[in-house]
Amino acid sequence: MRGGETLTIAGKAFRSRLFVGTGKYPDFATMEKALAASGTDMVTVAVRRVNLDRTQESLLDYIDLKKYSLLPNTAGCYTADEAVKYSRLAREVGMSSWVKLEVIGDQRTLFPDNEELLKATKILVKDGFVVLPYTNDDPVFAKKLEDAGAAAVMPLGAPIGSGLGIRNPHNIAIILQSAKVPVIVDAGVGTASDAAIAMEMGADGVLMNTAIAGAKDPVKMAEAMRKAIEAGRLAYEAGRIPKKSYASASTTMEGMIE
Amino acid sequence: MEIRLNGKAREVGDGITVSQLLDELKLQALRVAVQVNTDIVKRERYGEVTLQPGDTVEILTFMSGG
Repeated sequence: MRGGETLTIAGKAFRSRLFVGTGKYPDFATMEKALAASGTDMVTVAVRRVNLDRTQESLLDYIDLKKYSLLPNTAGCYTADEAVKYSRLAREVGMSSWVKLEVIGDQRTLFPDNEELLKATKILVKDGFVVLPYTNDDPVFAKKLEDAGAAAVMPLGAPIGSGLGIRNPHNIAIILQSAKVPVIVDAGVGTASDAAIAMEMGADGVLMNTAIAGAKDPVKMAEAMRKAIEAGRLAYEAGRIPKKSYASASTTMEGMIE
Repeated sequence: MEIRLNGKAREVGDGITVSQLLDELKLQALRVAVQVNTDIVKRERYGEVTLQPGDTVEILTFMSGG
């Protein structure tokens, strides 16, 4: 079985195995409630130009830093150099050296550019970052990222924001068998069962944004996700029964009248 | 003198420091990162780095993202 009762990444223990993004909510107040309902300990943020109009509210007004740690991403970066630059800017903003490393290779699919991702991972690990790379569901490549010093690997379940669920559970299963670092399924979750499936397979955690933020009722969906993550994890720890083609009676024949 | 701040032209005082610029923008209390031209300016150097005419200054912070 993978991992103990608590998820630990780079020495940091998490109470929740669900990580949540802060994008795409109808408003900050809804986001704040959804984050609370999700039970998450760590939320992702982007690094962007500050709003020079200080009369407007900012994201950080709605995130209690005593409750949540921040995981800055490098969303929108298409080269290793760019992703490294954004990681360093994020470190300056947040005084934390954790990064959700994204190096995108294609605008329509938002699939990662593996070559650039590995390059950026190596540079950032050397620079003292805790690197959590968003990668595709390729077990060989996940291993390369681990060997390069990634603190966890984050294979996609399906394209970002697609809600298609875990499209290649077999590959995720192979990654789970071989990875020595935590495996966080990142992207693709559409609804609670998708998250539960990832957790039942033994994923160490799930990172999602659109599935919650884009739901009709984000706060309710956040709660559903919290429960799905917990249920999936419990089922994994409990150990499921094997699948069989034929029935096996739950009730004994013994004691029936003749 | 004129600098380029977050993609737009802006008039600032001659020889203004990064720290003074952040004060002027009321951003001192906020968590930000500052890049002047291609270099990230570390927090502890805000008081000593002075801007030159034509400098490209980017001030970034955490925004919503997944």
